[in-house]
Amino acid sequence: MLGRDRDDGLDIPGRIQARPVRKPGPVIAAVIVAVLVAMLVHGLVTNPNFDWPTVWKYLFNEHVLDGIKWTLLLTVYAMVLATVLAVVLAVMRKSVNPVLRWVSWFFIWFFRGTPVYTQLVFWGLFAVLVPKLAVGIPFGPEFLSFNTQDVLNATIATVLGLGLNEAAYLSEIVRAGIEAVDTGQTEAAQALGMPRSMIMRRVILPQAMRIIVPPTGNETIGMLKTTSLALAVPFTLELQFATNAIANRIYKTIPLLIVACIWYLLITSVLMVVQAQLEKHYGKGFNARPLAAKHGSAGEGGRGTGPDAKQEVDKVNQVMMAGLNA
Amino acid sequence: MSGVMTPGASQEGRRPAIEIKGVHKAFGDLHVLKGIDLEVMPGTVTAILGPSGSGKSTLLRLINQLEERTAGEIIVGGELTGYKRIGDGGLQRLDDKAIARQRSKIGMVFQRFNLFPHMTALGNVMEAPVHVGKVPKAQAKREAIRQLERVGLGDRLDYYPSQLSGGQQQRVAIARALAMHPQIMLFDEPTSALDPELVGEVLGVMKQVAAEGMTMVVVTHEMGFAREVAGQIVFMDDGVVVEHGGPEIIDRPSSPRFREFLRTVL
Repeated sequence: MLGRDRDDGLDIPGRIQARPVRKPGPVIAAVIVAVLVAMLVHGLVTNPNFDWPTVWKYLFNEHVLDGIKWTLLLTVYAMVLATVLAVVLAVMRKSVNPVLRWVSWFFIWFFRGTPVYTQLVFWGLFAVLVPKLAVGIPFGPEFLSFNTQDVLNATIATVLGLGLNEAAYLSEIVRAGIEAVDTGQTEAAQALGMPRSMIMRRVILPQAMRIIVPPTGNETIGMLKTTSLALAVPFTLELQFATNAIANRIYKTIPLLIVACIWYLLITSVLMVVQAQLEKHYGKGFNARPLAAKHGSAGEGGRGTGPDAKQEVDKVNQVMMAGLNA
Repeated sequence: MSGVMTPGASQEGRRPAIEIKGVHKAFGDLHVLKGIDLEVMPGTVTAILGPSGSGKSTLLRLINQLEERTAGEIIVGGELTGYKRIGDGGLQRLDDKAIARQRSKIGMVFQRFNLFPHMTALGNVMEAPVHVGKVPKAQAKREAIRQLERVGLGDRLDYYPSQLSGGQQQRVAIARALAMHPQIMLFDEPTSALDPELVGEVLGVMKQVAAEGMTMVVVTHEMGFAREVAGQIVFMDDGVVVEHGGPEIIDRPSSPRFREFLRTVL
């Protein structure tokens, strides 16, 4: 904070150079936290039950790395399916067509109302329940038919199970985002002659994204770990199952749980960075800082940043950078 | 009833740009408009005055079909809005596309600007020509820049609405509406949300648009603007047109309610 005051480059006579209020709170807290962290680290390192050598040994085990790959794939596929479906469901929920509204409501009611584990078991058994799938005229002739087993392998069953369940939750997030956009936006777009679908696509959804992204990041991180339920299908290649299988084989549960935790934490950290980037992208135009300003002179009659707008912007940028580096 | 800005242009024999016949509007059991009859001739400026709650904004929104009227007819450019006549003299609601097409001929400026916050000034103005009017992007961009220059914002093309003052935002909103080359412009209290020192710049742009011969209907509290620019003054109260005539009625109101209203605002 002090740095910012000095660096603003303004010549203000009699600038106040007061000492800050004494705040012992942070110091006391730092001491307590430091002691606790030291105790924790000491415990982690010295307790032989954690068996760190085994952790290191299996951290980059090929089955573990393969498990990571599958966990990531399941997460991405399921979230993509869920996001697409969620937007469709949310738009259907706001439709003027009562049938679409009702279908969307029913979907959400069902998939939110039953446990995801149960749904995954169901998708695993789907091939048994419905052995044949066919394309044709309903109740009439079939053009194409195939064995469900061939189409619905464990991977697809898992993605479907996770994706449909997630879509139900995500669609409520999308709906909340849509409803948060000011009705004046719709009116302005209507007045310009835009039809409903275009208003949704061009005006409402881009603004709703700002509200949708943070909870969706949350859901993605949740999905990363929900993939471990895939054994219900059964799908046996993802990270949790892989580490568990090794643990059972070598009779060392704890070290391999730690291996799994390290990887989940790492991936979550990466996802958080991605989320922050997305939030920045969809926040465009909503944070009123003049950072995006490109032109120098102010228009006549404006509240006016004056002819030095460009310099001011640069200055603000510098201050921001200084703040970030501090 | 020729507008001040179109001196000598007699409107006789010409079809009104807007014909409003016996229009009622009720929200639930709230009877907001109670039989409005009004004509707006092409190239004229009509100012609608009245206390808040008198139904003037609702009337404007009915013209652009942001609300559905309960009874009566609104004919814009000779075309019945919102409905088509079917065989037995009954009416059928128009579909979304047809209504959108009718709306695209009418520009509207709102009290709260309603710019698209996720688009720059240029993006706001280009949006409808590109996506509704199917104008090629490069051409739409050139025209949008011209429109923004016209409202004095040629140096603010890449600014987001949140980076502009209220007056600048409202001028972008006017440019956005003009970009669709509307036949009629509706202004719903365009200066009511502005700081006093910013009102002038918006009224200035509106005067310029009027001078170029645009048909305008303006709901406003700016008496000076109404007197100077409008050819037709309409005073509404409690859902009816109490008095209408040329700008001189502001100085010589004949009804006690208009006189009372003018005393409170002037």
